[in-house]
Amino acid sequence: MLKVEGIDVFYGNIHAVRQISFSVEQGEIVTLIGANGAGKSTILNTVSGLLRPKNGTVTFEGRRIDHLPPHKVLTFGLAQVPEGRRIFSRMTVEENLEMGGYTRPGAECAGALEDVYRRFPRLAERRRQIAGTLSGGEQQMLAMGRALMAKPKLLMLDEPSMGLAPLLVEQIFEIIKELHAAGTTILLVEQNAQMALSVADRAYVLETGRIVMEGAAAALLEDDKVRSAYLGS
Amino acid sequence: MAFFSTLFSQIINGLQSGSIYALVALGYSMVYGIIMLLNFAHGDIIMVGAYVVWMSMTSFGLHPLPSILLAVVVSTLLGVVIEKVAYAPLRSSPRLSLLITAIGISFLLENGFQLIFGAGAKVVPPLIEGPTFKIAGASVSTPALVTLAVTVVIMIGLTLLVQKTKLGRAMRAVSEDMGAAQLMGVNINTTISFTFALGSALAAVASALYLSSYAQASPTMGSMLGLKAFVAAVLGGIGSLPGAMLGGFVIGLAEALVSAVGLSVWKDGVVFAILIVVLLVRPSGLLGKPMKEKV
Ligand SMILES: Nc1ncnc2c1ncn2[C@@H]1O[C@H](COP(=O)(O)OP(=O)(O)O)[C@@H](O)[C@H]1O
Ligand SMILES: [Mg+2]
Repeated sequence: MLKVEGIDVFYGNIHAVRQISFSVEQGEIVTLIGANGAGKSTILNTVSGLLRPKNGTVTFEGRRIDHLPPHKVLTFGLAQVPEGRRIFSRMTVEENLEMGGYTRPGAECAGALEDVYRRFPRLAERRRQIAGTLSGGEQQMLAMGRALMAKPKLLMLDEPSMGLAPLLVEQIFEIIKELHAAGTTILLVEQNAQMALSVADRAYVLETGRIVMEGAAAALLEDDKVRSAYLGS
Repeated sequence: MAFFSTLFSQIINGLQSGSIYALVALGYSMVYGIIMLLNFAHGDIIMVGAYVVWMSMTSFGLHPLPSILLAVVVSTLLGVVIEKVAYAPLRSSPRLSLLITAIGISFLLENGFQLIFGAGAKVVPPLIEGPTFKIAGASVSTPALVTLAVTVVIMIGLTLLVQKTKLGRAMRAVSEDMGAAQLMGVNINTTISFTFALGSALAAVASALYLSSYAQASPTMGSMLGLKAFVAAVLGGIGSLPGAMLGGFVIGLAEALVSAVGLSVWKDGVVFAILIVVLLVRPSGLLGKPMKEKV
């Protein structure tokens, strides 16, 4: 479904991502794990079209997308929930969700809004509230709901557990599993390797811009090197 | 009694020039909100609009309304073209490069027009004619009333546009977080162009309203007007649209009241005094959000 082949991404002369290749098949949950600064967000932003790879290609459902602007990439069915949520804090909850449905016609948008409110009743209760006043967990739900408004085929999540209490992290991962069960393919970026590996089918481990390990998530969860480096045991 | 009628006349004058400052300040604020540029060429759009009105009326013999419409169209296009040609290529450059480019464009327009039309002022035929009303002992001209009415209507329309329409929502989204807005599918090129178009159209309307009372076009007319409107935008809180509206009226009234008490030589001085006080006491302006992280 998504195929990234040999991409190099730079910030000025900082070589942030080096010769990265990975793929996501339809129906999978794939996770990219790695420490802070490994290049995870850079990869997602390159797939989304916010950054341009210097070399290499990104293909989605057989079509090259690495030269497309973000608003085109989205219409192919690829949505991202960015790191730090980045909700529009001065808008209401509902306006944020409407922004998520920006590329879709009004009638479809209304239907998608109902779906999101059904999945996140908390957001429905707070639809008129200014988004900046929501709690961290609610903001994460809003960021996810907003991305779902675009009805993506592939949903990319950048550290959805960041800064959340353990109970909320559990809740967010439950939602990810539900979305997956409902047919959305997921590319999950996490520093919380334990949680990520426990929900994912396959995983890639990143270190300073390179993929150093890949395989079935269950196998990596048992791997000694992964356990000592990322799972603290 | 004479004092009160003078005061009242000056308040009307203040609201009239304040309307013009407010319309121009909106353009500064919208552009700053969206690409963090203090667009110093914005004042010169007023000047270009004024020359279009002058030419349409004197050379082409057009009536005032079509002349004003033509000025709006030309200014809008000019604003969009300036952004595309001069600012868009610098979108990921330091903001200082962008600022210097804007100052360069301003010089280019002023000197270009001076070269083509000469440095002297051109007299523009009357745009808005009508009786002068006596209200509470003060005389209120038709241009003053029209200026206020047009400005209020535009402010209401703009507020509805920004708050209620999809395009307005996209503008707010881009101004809060450009990257996140792009991830929602907003085409930032379109949104930025639209913002420049809107700001420039408002400047052209301001230009026509200005000409309705001060019937002269000159190559440098935009710089003082633009500067005062810029102070209005900063006073209101740059990036805030209600702030730009409020700031415009406050600046207009401050000028008029200084004149009312017989200190008209301080008319310009008071504006810059306000700027200094705002920058010292409350740099985020009356209605601006406190300056915070914007990456
Ligand atoms: N805007 C930027 N400008 C310069 N360097 C950046 C920028 N964003 C990220 N980097 C650098 O790129 C590398 C990868 O960053 P990032 O993709 O954010 O990592 P991760 O998401 O895995 O924490 C880091 O070394 C980081 O310092
Ligand atoms: Mg990151």
